[in-house]
Amino acid sequence: MPQSAETVLDYARLFREPEYQEMFARKKAEFECGHPDQKVVQIGEWTKSWEYREKNLARQALSINPVKACQPLGAVFAAAGFEGTLSFVHGSQGCVAYYRSHLSRHFKEPCSAVSSSMTEDAAVFGGLNNMIDGLANAYALYAPKMIAVSTTCMAEVIGDDLQAFITNAKVKGSVPQDFDVPYAHTPAFVGSHVDGYDVMVKGILENFWKDREHVHTDRINIIPGFDGFCVGNIRELKRMLGLMGVKATVLADTSDQFDTPSDGEFRMFAGGTKLEDVRAALNAKATLSLQEYCTRKTLEYVEGKGQQVKAFHYPLGVSATDEFLMEVARLAGKGIPEQLRLERGRLVDAIADSQSYLHGKRYAIFGDPDFVYAMARFVLETGGEPVHCLATNGNKAWEEQMHTLLASSPYGKGCNVWAGKDLWHLRSFLFTEKVDLMIGSSYGKYLERDTGTPLIRLTFPIFDRHHHHRFPIMGYQGGLSVLVKILDRIFETLDAESSETGTTDYAFDLTR
Amino acid sequence: METTLPSGREDGQAEAEFNTRLIEDVLARYPEKSAKRRRKHLAVAAPGEEAADTDQPVTECDVKSNIKSIPGVMTIRGCAYAGSKGVVWGPVKDMVHISHGPVGCGHYSWSQRRNYYTGTTGVDSFVTMQFTSDFQEKDIVFGGDKKLEKLIDEIVDLFPLANGISIQSECPIGLIGDDIEAVAKKKNKEHGKTIVPVRCEGFRGVSQSLGHHIANDVIRDWVLDKKEIAFEAGPNDVNIIGDYNIGGDAWASRILLEEMGLRVIGAWSGDATLAEIERAPKARLNLIHCYRSMNYICRHMEEKHGIPWEEYNFFGPTQIEQSLRTIARHFGPEIIDRCEAVIAKYRPLVDAVIAKYRPRLEGKTVMLYVGGLRPRHVITAYEDLGMEIVGTGYEFAHSDDYQRTGHYVKNGTLIYDDVTGYELEKFIEGVRPDLVGSGIKEKYPVQKMGIPFRQMHSWDYSGPYHGYDGFAIFARDMDLAINNPVWGLFKAPWDVMPAAAE
Repeated sequence: MPQSAETVLDYARLFREPEYQEMFARKKAEFECGHPDQKVVQIGEWTKSWEYREKNLARQALSINPVKACQPLGAVFAAAGFEGTLSFVHGSQGCVAYYRSHLSRHFKEPCSAVSSSMTEDAAVFGGLNNMIDGLANAYALYAPKMIAVSTTCMAEVIGDDLQAFITNAKVKGSVPQDFDVPYAHTPAFVGSHVDGYDVMVKGILENFWKDREHVHTDRINIIPGFDGFCVGNIRELKRMLGLMGVKATVLADTSDQFDTPSDGEFRMFAGGTKLEDVRAALNAKATLSLQEYCTRKTLEYVEGKGQQVKAFHYPLGVSATDEFLMEVARLAGKGIPEQLRLERGRLVDAIADSQSYLHGKRYAIFGDPDFVYAMARFVLETGGEPVHCLATNGNKAWEEQMHTLLASSPYGKGCNVWAGKDLWHLRSFLFTEKVDLMIGSSYGKYLERDTGTPLIRLTFPIFDRHHHHRFPIMGYQGGLSVLVKILDRIFETLDAESSETGTTDYAFDLTR
Repeated sequence: METTLPSGREDGQAEAEFNTRLIEDVLARYPEKSAKRRRKHLAVAAPGEEAADTDQPVTECDVKSNIKSIPGVMTIRGCAYAGSKGVVWGPVKDMVHISHGPVGCGHYSWSQRRNYYTGTTGVDSFVTMQFTSDFQEKDIVFGGDKKLEKLIDEIVDLFPLANGISIQSECPIGLIGDDIEAVAKKKNKEHGKTIVPVRCEGFRGVSQSLGHHIANDVIRDWVLDKKEIAFEAGPNDVNIIGDYNIGGDAWASRILLEEMGLRVIGAWSGDATLAEIERAPKARLNLIHCYRSMNYICRHMEEKHGIPWEEYNFFGPTQIEQSLRTIARHFGPEIIDRCEAVIAKYRPLVDAVIAKYRPRLEGKTVMLYVGGLRPRHVITAYEDLGMEIVGTGYEFAHSDDYQRTGHYVKNGTLIYDDVTGYELEKFIEGVRPDLVGSGIKEKYPVQKMGIPFRQMHSWDYSGPYHGYDGFAIFARDMDLAINNPVWGLFKAPWDVMPAAAE
């Protein structure tokens, strides 16, 4: 009997005990009717081949382990960045349970959102009554300052018209006439979560800006985009802007909502962009987006209102941060303070100190388009070589931007850019064209196991490690922490490869 | 085992009065129409009739269940797709399960239920992978059947050792009228593999529950009795039904059944293969753990194949012992003897676990809110550790679940069906239990309030909790949740001693 009260073995160790190992063997031999071991090994080896890679790339209909979620997740995330705002997802209720779980699992934080709980009858007759009752219930129970409505694929397929429904609900008294109920159509069969973020931010701006004219002021707006590191990054962003003395409005400030303290109180709403600031944001001089692919429609709308706009690709590393800060300085008419110059120099210093371990390292990078661009750019700065850059929700325009970036450095030569491909494709690439390191989300852990490529978790979602999102990865300070994560993984791999006593441990160095 | 109630709870009258007031307070916040609907789902357990098979009085938990959630509240429920793909079909390891429709549903349910299995992922096992048809607008407009056909061909090509395929429908499939049954039939003929269509669109029914039922019906109609099965069952052959092997639960259960001389043909559906399911109708007895999700198929096998079924509960020693004995009674004296030997063998472990943990947990109160069976089954395991359940409820129960719950709870216990986020929060604030057991969505709000929490869907990435080996882990986990020093750090000292402030 392996279990004891003194040393409780849980799943990780319990099932390795002989009793269980014998049981697994019995089950497999007598009941599972699986394929012979030899066959499994043979097919397993075949999946690592160039032949399999060709077959895998020839897929047209099947998507396996794609790196993207659906639009409403982005809408729920964006809405969480506004003061007192409750997400209301119009459609069947299971989806909302999924968005809430997904965000909670990443941030280890509460995530509140409601659904209009549409079922078969709503599928036939439309979801108007669900909207009327739903807004009334949400308003009465949770006392939000704003309710942001988005849709699921069900509501989109049956063609529910949000604007008409919300107007109707207000007429019926579900919420006061002047209560803010911005909305966005977010069909799950179009685009991905980054598009859902885009249309929800746009919907919220439209709600406050419609029928109003731009009056020029010196403020600027910054839209961070869908960012799993929003807690650390937005705070770092505000710190840098503070050092520069720049007055800016962060639109969709999710940093406090996904980082509430433990002090005995559950805060359903925390922080977020103040609604009056959203209203005033119309009159900013410019709106900067930190992630182009999260804000294409929003920026078009903002530009139409008479503001300057500019999009970045997730400013991370030295030159991307330089570029961002210089643009902010130019727009705000401010200088870049000495403090930031020192921070920049320290990041450069760190890269120089570790150069021998970074130079020539080969990388696979996957995630959302802006993130992949940013990581590839930083890797190039360190003398690393991106070999595979993959974004399931990337498109032709992204591919071109990536090629331009890669062509700007000798280290980008020969890098493959994979728009629209998934992690099962990446598995083939990693077997046939090996790399030293992989950068992406927790989903990369299956690739790490199969291909032996060390994984560095630097983007959403991170389910299997804790608290990374609390630290910035943007800006010079953020760059430093990314650099340390990469280096730690390199040193851990070196140690693991040189740890065998008497054979490989001649390289088990203390000083590096 | 100690059976007396903590002092002051002998009749539950005080609790009943307190909880009744709590319910009224919560309902007061709702618009009238919704308050009227929600009232039917909230109750306190009341004294009931004496049960036929025991001399213990059974409590009544009379609430409305399995009806639509009201719109605009934070229902904790999922959908039919979650019930079929996430619960019943997803853990069948040697099949590829297609999330048919847009990308989201498959993405969010990807690797989230800790259905443990052995096998070579991507080669002969596929549980922790996400296969989707990733519907685009054109698929909505023109229909997805052609794409589905092609996709099945691609699966057969790339995963030759997959023994079958299931098509898990997402919302749009039913709305646009795709004929996935025809595709399944056609492709089954072409490839000679089991291919099953599951109509588990998320808008069907009111929760996960209908998805379970639909998934069971598909096993009945598309899997059982579809092939000649060259397998002769022995006299002691059983199936484990309704154990999804969360953190290895089915393994910690199977080991006990084998030790008492039974042979487990198949486990449904945690760590299951298609072959195990196909051979199930040859068994002598079906043993069902999660009644809610799989009673349908047990009833079918009883009717069609004459296999009796028995519910069992492997949470905590009291229920394990009782269940092992009930199971053994279906077989001869040899099994009954071996069953007693198993109970005796594990007794020292049970005694040691209780001796170690009970003193740390005695008298602690617990509120539960979970899915299928745990709101009632796990109660006795807490009681084995001297803990007391003060509130419980189900996400997607039917009235027969609440009838069964009466066997487990005491008078005055707060009962809440399809509880909303608002209600649960207020109930927890009102009752201030020492521990809450619920899911990931509830975990962090509760912890922020300073109340220890365990995830009772996924065991908080721990487990197993079933069986004797699992009970030791369960006890340890409740101790670590409740007795961690962090709960003493919530209040800043300058708040406790105002003089220190500023």
